[in-house]
Amino acid sequence: MTTATLALWLPVLPLFSAAALAAVSLSGRARAAVPALAVLPIAAAAVLTFVVLFGHGTGAATESRIRYAATGGPELWLGARVDGLSALIAVLVGVVATAVQLYSVSYMAHEERYTSYSALISLFTAAMLVVVYSTDLLVLLVGWEVMGACSYFLIGHHWERPEARSASIKAFLVTKFGDVPFLLGILFLAHGAGSFRVQPILQHAIAQGGHGYTAAGAILLIGGVMGKSAQIPLQTWLPDAMAGPTPISALIHAATMVAAGVYVVARLYPVFLVTTAALWILAIAAALTAVTAALSAFAQRDLKRILAYSTVSQLALMVGALAAGGRDAAIFHLMSHGAFKALLFLGAGVIIHKAGTGDVDELATQSLRRKLPMTCVTMTIGLAALAGFPPFSGFFSKESIAGAAYDTATHSGPTKSLLGITPPSGIGWLVLAATLLTGFLTAAYALRTWWMLFGPLEHGWFRSAVEVSSRQPKAPEPAGHAGTAAEAATAADATTAAEVAAAGEWALEALVAESLREETEAAEQAAAKAKSGPEAPRAELLPLVVLAAITTVFGFVGLNLGWFATWLGDADGNAYRASAADAGKLIQPDGAYHLAPALLSTVLALIALALGLGLVLAAARAKPGTDPNHVLGFLRKPAFLGFRADDLQDAIAVRPVQVAADAVGFLDTEVVDGYVRGSGAAARLLGEGLRRIQTGNVQLYLTGVLTGVVVIAAALGFGR
Amino acid sequence: MTTRALTSTTGVEITFVLIGLLTFGAAILTVTVRNLVHAALWLVVALGGLAGCYLLLSAEFVAWVQVLIYVGAVAVLLLFGLMLTRAPIGRTTELDSGNRWAAAVVGLATAGVLVSVIADAVRSTWFDPRLTVATGTAKSVGSSLFRYWVLPFELLSVLLLAALVGAIVLSRRDVSADADTEAEAEVTEQSQPKAPAQATEAEA
Amino acid sequence: MHAIYPLTLAALLFAVGVYGVLARRNAVAVLMAIELLLNAANLNLVTFSSLLRDQFGMGQVFTVFLITVAAAETGLGLAIVLLLYRNRGTAAIDDARELGEDGALGLRRIPQQADGEDGAAGRTTSPAPKAVTK
Repeated sequence: MTTATLALWLPVLPLFSAAALAAVSLSGRARAAVPALAVLPIAAAAVLTFVVLFGHGTGAATESRIRYAATGGPELWLGARVDGLSALIAVLVGVVATAVQLYSVSYMAHEERYTSYSALISLFTAAMLVVVYSTDLLVLLVGWEVMGACSYFLIGHHWERPEARSASIKAFLVTKFGDVPFLLGILFLAHGAGSFRVQPILQHAIAQGGHGYTAAGAILLIGGVMGKSAQIPLQTWLPDAMAGPTPISALIHAATMVAAGVYVVARLYPVFLVTTAALWILAIAAALTAVTAALSAFAQRDLKRILAYSTVSQLALMVGALAAGGRDAAIFHLMSHGAFKALLFLGAGVIIHKAGTGDVDELATQSLRRKLPMTCVTMTIGLAALAGFPPFSGFFSKESIAGAAYDTATHSGPTKSLLGITPPSGIGWLVLAATLLTGFLTAAYALRTWWMLFGPLEHGWFRSAVEVSSRQPKAPEPAGHAGTAAEAATAADATTAAEVAAAGEWALEALVAESLREETEAAEQAAAKAKSGPEAPRAELLPLVVLAAITTVFGFVGLNLGWFATWLGDADGNAYRASAADAGKLIQPDGAYHLAPALLSTVLALIALALGLGLVLAAARAKPGTDPNHVLGFLRKPAFLGFRADDLQDAIAVRPVQVAADAVGFLDTEVVDGYVRGSGAAARLLGEGLRRIQTGNVQLYLTGVLTGVVVIAAALGFGR
Repeated sequence: MTTRALTSTTGVEITFVLIGLLTFGAAILTVTVRNLVHAALWLVVALGGLAGCYLLLSAEFVAWVQVLIYVGAVAVLLLFGLMLTRAPIGRTTELDSGNRWAAAVVGLATAGVLVSVIADAVRSTWFDPRLTVATGTAKSVGSSLFRYWVLPFELLSVLLLAALVGAIVLSRRDVSADADTEAEAEVTEQSQPKAPAQATEAEA
Repeated sequence: MHAIYPLTLAALLFAVGVYGVLARRNAVAVLMAIELLLNAANLNLVTFSSLLRDQFGMGQVFTVFLITVAAAETGLGLAIVLLLYRNRGTAAIDDARELGEDGALGLRRIPQQADGEDGAAGRTTSPAPKAVTK
């Protein structure tokens, strides 16, 4: 069996797991087998992804396909295309999915819907593997959509809570909104190339250049990328998706599904490279998203929301790297980010279970460093990687992005490229600036998070403000962030003026904090058990340790020039060869292939890191006992609200649709039904009118008859 | 000035016009007078006038049959009907005040349509009734009747028999007639408490 | 003779008969008007018989037939009127309105004026006990 054939059948394993778990869930028996059914097939699939990776090695792309439908136009193939990109990302998916399933065995043990939960995770894994391995874009789209559906179900797992329900619908709708241009883009590309398969499309793009169907397809595909990978303007769903269980956030919203958008761009990279407009769109969106999301992460109170905004920001960095010609850098960062973000989310899950809340300000009072030693260590590693602290993987990957951007900006070094096109240097400068600024902000909020979770914090203003807010009569369930500020402000005037000021300033966040407590009964039981017991079950700690180890080691992959690049392969599916670089036969700028730290960009990145760390340390020194993000000043409230992106979407999309729906409903009941009712009323009125002629008087009837006869006679007589 | 003989065509026309006016006037009066018996009598005049018209059109057998049957039998039958239904004798407000105008409109419309169609059709049709005198005699009509029209004739006699039987059946008093008689007696007793015999006489 | 004279007379008689059928209230008066209708048709038949001079003498024969039929019809009609009178106590046509709808256009009945000479016969407006009233 060739590697590609193995890859073709690989998704069957998690699919089988999903089917078995669904059967268990429906029949209600054999509940004890659920953990085994959940973990073992996924683990086997993960092992097989490694087999595929090593089987593929550093060669060119291989395909194994079955013709599925011979249509009149482009045919549909069920196939797997194994090149370095798909092999590597599949490994990432397998490892993270296994970790999450293992983690969920104990994390979700007290949930009654654990069986369907793990079935959906398995189904999701199968779909993601289809997306990764598929050679046919329409089959990829099928996997893409199934992922979206699983995300909907999993975010809404706690559907008893209204925020979970609305978050799942929001995620679904916002990503679907981007999926429409995505589908159109696929169709355009396929129409231009005559096939849905990746290889002909890439060849068509390389041969034809960036106009016509290729350009249109590239720009339309960006819609789906923005939706799935949560870039501006479709980034609003990801922070709210944190209403789902934490392992879901780790799997879907950190490592895999949101990476799918970046993955598709990398998969079809020549298509994007030749379309300069698409590159500009990606670059601008990425730059904006990276900075605003980092600012928002700095201002959040919920631990998971911090991590969510951080994900958005880091994804923006990957998209920016792709825009700047650095495919290898983007994939490198994708993999390292997948590992440490999953680590951070799983660690957050442990913390939330232990402390009963996700609010960092409350967690600050829980002395977690003492209670959760191993989690503290692993989370520190993860946060360090996030900040880009050497020698963890985040440092190498983020720096490689900066290097690729700098390279594009200055066109320095050998920039041989097959197409003779490199991304415009303006994009390079933009992405470089965004990367450095984001690095600065990332370091800041990473340190702030660490400080609030594990650092020394005296109890001061902050605690009293929280207590003051909690003493007020509880406001109704905060339906949205923006509307309750006024109510909270008016409610908090029972105590001294200073406390009032403090309460008013922090009241918004305090109200949000109330909503973040896990209030379900099962969670409370688990929380009670967790508070007193050992740190965490082994099933939860093991994935943390494994991911921390990966995070520590993975970065050094980038040190060897071309080592990652040979495994990743070239963007057009050929193997990367150093000789090809000399001959100028590469698909993207040569400098983008080398991920080793270059001096200038490294220095700049380290300066940004130091500035960020120093800022937060200074802020913490300035006001001990308070959240260091007071340094944001006037930006804090807007950043906390995500710069009002939700309100903008509400005004642009939701309100008009609701108004239109009301109008349509009104039209239906009043206008269309009016006609229906009117026809009945008209018939009745006509009948009542005609009824009046029935007087019972025979002479009247006869008069009518004779009148008719006279008229007919006249017509016959004169109507010639 | 030429003298106009009665039997010349122009004379026939003038006579016809006179008799026609008489007939028409009598007909109008039939349907407009407020006295029912007078209406019946005016009907007699109209029917008689029509008999005269038939004579002028050289259909003498038909004319006498008209007088015999219509004037003699039908008009009397109508008068009997008036009597049996206790029609109000004397002047009454008989006309239907509601439908009168609609009826007038319909009548005028009918007249208008018919007259204009006829006038348009017979603009230049003259005929001489004197030429058909021979075919209007009883002998001619009778022989034609029994030679060519004998089957309808027989059918008509059956029709008359049916009408006769039907009229008797309809108007006879049978089982429920006793209640009728008593009811009539009550009604008449209210108005004529002392002459029930006359009431029953009238009913018979 | 110009054909228009008898034909016009027939048409006018017919129109008068139509008016009478539609306007008179008493059933016997309606029968009288029906006689006028039939006679107008008779006049038409005779006119055309004289005009066309057919060999079968059809017009006049048919006239005789029509007279016969009219007589039969009048006899039967009067029998029906008699029944109507017996059942309702009145021979006015527009009193028989059972088939009418409630709230239909009413034709206002003019109350019959009492005639002093004929008090003995009694007004027929008050229905007999067997009468069916609305």
